[in-house]
Order: sequence, then structure tokens, then C-alpha cells
Amino acid sequence: MTRFFKIWILLGACLFLAACSGDGTWGWYVIDPSTPAGQSNIWFLVGGFWATIQLSLIATVLSMTLGLLVALPGMSSNRWVRLPSRVYIEFVRAIPLLPMLFWVFYGLPVVMKSLGFPITIDAFWGAIITLAISDSAFTAEIYRSGIQSIPKGQTEAARTVGLTYSQTMRYVILPQAIRRILPPLANQFIYIVKMSAFASVIGMQELTRRANELVVTEYRPLEIYTLLILEYLVLVLIISFFVRWLERKMGSDENR
Amino acid sequence: MTADRVIEIASLNKSFGDFQVLTNVDLNVSLGERIVICGPSGSGKSTLIRCVNGLEQYDSGSITVDGISLSEPGGVDRVRAEVGMVFQQFNLFPHLSVIDNLTLGPMKARGLSRKDAEAQAMEYLERVKIPEQARKRPRDLSGGQQQRVAIARSLCMKPKIMLFDEPTSALDPEMISEVLDVMVELARDGMTMLVVTHEMGFARKVADRMVFMDGGEIVETGTPAEVFEAPKTQRFKTFLDKILQH
Repeated sequence: MTRFFKIWILLGACLFLAACSGDGTWGWYVIDPSTPAGQSNIWFLVGGFWATIQLSLIATVLSMTLGLLVALPGMSSNRWVRLPSRVYIEFVRAIPLLPMLFWVFYGLPVVMKSLGFPITIDAFWGAIITLAISDSAFTAEIYRSGIQSIPKGQTEAARTVGLTYSQTMRYVILPQAIRRILPPLANQFIYIVKMSAFASVIGMQELTRRANELVVTEYRPLEIYTLLILEYLVLVLIISFFVRWLERKMGSDENR
Repeated sequence: MTADRVIEIASLNKSFGDFQVLTNVDLNVSLGERIVICGPSGSGKSTLIRCVNGLEQYDSGSITVDGISLSEPGGVDRVRAEVGMVFQQFNLFPHLSVIDNLTLGPMKARGLSRKDAEAQAMEYLERVKIPEQARKRPRDLSGGQQQRVAIARSLCMKPKIMLFDEPTSALDPEMISEVLDVMVELARDGMTMLVVTHEMGFARKVADRMVFMDGGEIVETGTPAEVFEAPKTQRFKTFLDKILQH
């Protein structure tokens, strides 16, 4: 029901905006699909989809891996094993995305060179590294809360039937925790999709960058940014739909 | 140290912060011996048996199981390989079927093939009299059945010693006997058992020795015949009066 509701709202908004086009304050011609110029503009804008999707997917996978690696020692009973994980989370969580992006893109190659590992970081990987690190602090906390929600008796039972720590995690704890972790992780994925817009400032040709470039040449920010917002909306709705399906399949929507 | 002594606990001390849970506990268990540990709640009896397989750490003293000291490097893992445990809350793995609960340990820790592990699992499910439940999920079983699965799961690791931590306390009254029956049979087969329970009927039937704990200490030990006839200490007598009065 709610999905149809969303789509109707969306359609209503489009119609409203289209209706405004007659009075001279709107210039939908820039993205009018019935003219060749409009078509080529639309293709230019939509051409950013692939980069946005690539950025978000790779960054999310890296963030989920990194988050788990940070979360596991964070749950140790040993204070000294726990400490680096806590420091990482507090530190990374405190840095705003944009400054971190600048630091990684402009600063990290210099740091690496001075350490004797000269590397080049292009806009694509600069954005991915930044998004992944920045998000990993949050995914780590999601893993932690999910894993800690599994009763302690499960670990104890697993250890008493001879499983090692990593076997206990792999076969007993994570399979149970993943259903509770999945919905908040999906939220993080959507968050990354939106945050990937920041990659535009270092020149990554994704959705937002394309829109910016078109605005500079066409000088119709209202129409172009409206379409940009709709592009993100479509992308997020598709992801939401996929996540609901996955949750149903894995039983995250059940109580147990 | 005698050859058939499988558990040696010497001057064990443990505290949670300021609260002393175990004070100078000494207990030796011989191979095949069945020991029932009882006492009021908070007396340290669960903590004591959880120390035996390293689920709880202790502050001082020593525990040796089958010649392996818990404090030696890798000692805990080696001891756990010899010791099975049954919990009050069963702690079955809810995402796995009954049979997968039983084969997980043997396959991953012992390296058995699935076929061998399943054959062995069915054997033990028959021993606890629920082979027909093998493909079900734990949540579809009654509490008594779940606890019997938990016992079978432990037995699949072929332990020398079994620890029972209030195995019937979370069960509805009509299911207690089916679990106790399995435990009695296990005792008849000669399993070394440490059982924390308030089931005095069970204690009378199978225990070689009763251990009464209160306030983190072992207050009294003796055969069931001795302690039920004439408890030596007033504390044990008061405790027995309370749990036996109905």
C-alpha cells in the first residue's frame, strides 16, 4: 500500500511541476524529451547513474567488510583489544564527509609518497575510500548491536561443543544476527547512495556532477536539479523495494 | 593424585567486583562419579561448574580436568573437548534444525563427514528418544524435547564428563521427568556427571555424593543416604526442609 502511495505522490509532484511550466518561470525545454536538445540533455544527466551506482555499491561492500573487522575486536572482553576499535569508531564518526574527502583526495597521496608508497588516487577511488571509511564506523556499530543482541548462551553452547571463536561467529552468531542487522545495513546503503553526491566536488562524473555541469551551460538550475532529485528518488525507491524483498526472504520481518 | 581422578578443584576463589562468589572451594571428582550440587540461589553452584569448562574465569586456585590444567596455554580448549555441558535455557541454535544442532560440533571441531556426523547424531537422538524430530527446528519442540536435544548435542562430542546447570529449572513440571530419565540412563552408563539441581528425587536415585553450597562455600558433602537422613549442618538442614516440605 505505502509503495503505491509514494508513487502517487511522486506523480502528483511531477504533474504540479509540469503545470508550472507555462507561466514563464519554468523552462522545462532543457529536459523536454520531445526535442533533440532536451533528449541529449536527459541522456547526459541519466548517464551519471552508472557511476553513482558503482560508487555506492563498492563503497558499501568495503564499508560492510571494514565495519565487521572493526566491530569484532570491539566486543572483546580484553580492554586492550577493544581500545583500537573504539578509537577508530569515535575518530571516524567525528569527521564530516566533505573534509575527509578533500583529505583523502588531495592529502593521502602526499602522505603515502612521504612514506615511500607513491600512489595516485583518482576521483573514483578517492570517493570510494572516503565513503567506505566514513560509513564503516556506523556499520561497525550496527554489527555490534546485532551481534550483542544474540543471547550469550549461544556463544557458550557453541564453545562447549568445541567450536573456535571464528567458527562460533560464522556458524552460530552471524547467521542469527544478520536478520537483525540487515534492515539498518540497508539504511546505510541508501545513506551512501545519497552521500555519493559529494564525489561531484572532486570531479567524479556521477549524477550530481552531471547536473552541475549542465546547469553551468544551460543555466536552468531549477529544472535540472528537480530532475536530479527525482533521479535519486527513483534509485532509492528501487533499492528499498529490493531490500524489502530480501528481508522477506531472510525472515527479518518475522519476530524470530 | 589418583589415576581415576578426573576433576581436581583446589582452593578456588572468585569474585564479581566486591562480591565473593566462591571462597576456597575444594572438590575432587573420580571417573564415573555422579555429583549433585545443591544450595540456595546465589550460593555459587552454577559459577562453580561453569568454572570447570572455562565459561567463567576464577581469581585464584586451580582446576585440573583429566590431567589438563585450565591455566596452561590452550588448556581451556582441551578441557572443553572433554567436557559437555547442558544449560538451564537449553541454548539450542534456533537457526539450525535439530540434526544440524547435533552435527555442527562434530563436523567443524572434530572434522567428521556429514554422513558420519548424521549417523552418530541419529544414534544419540534415539538414545534421548526423539529421532522423529530430527528435521524440525528447535522452536517447534517442547521444552523437555529441546533439553533432550541439548543433551544429545553434548553427547555427540563424546565427552568424558557432563556438566548440568539446572537442566530442569526452566521446564514445565510435566516435562521434568522425561529429561531426568535421560540423565538417569546416562548415569547408569557410567558417565561422570556434575549436576546442579534441586531435584532431590534424582539426587537420591543417582548421586554418589551430594555437595551443599551456601555463600560461595562448600558447607557439607556426603552420600545421599547420609545427608537426607541426618544433615550435619544446620544450614543444610534448613535448606532441605525448605525444598522438601511440599
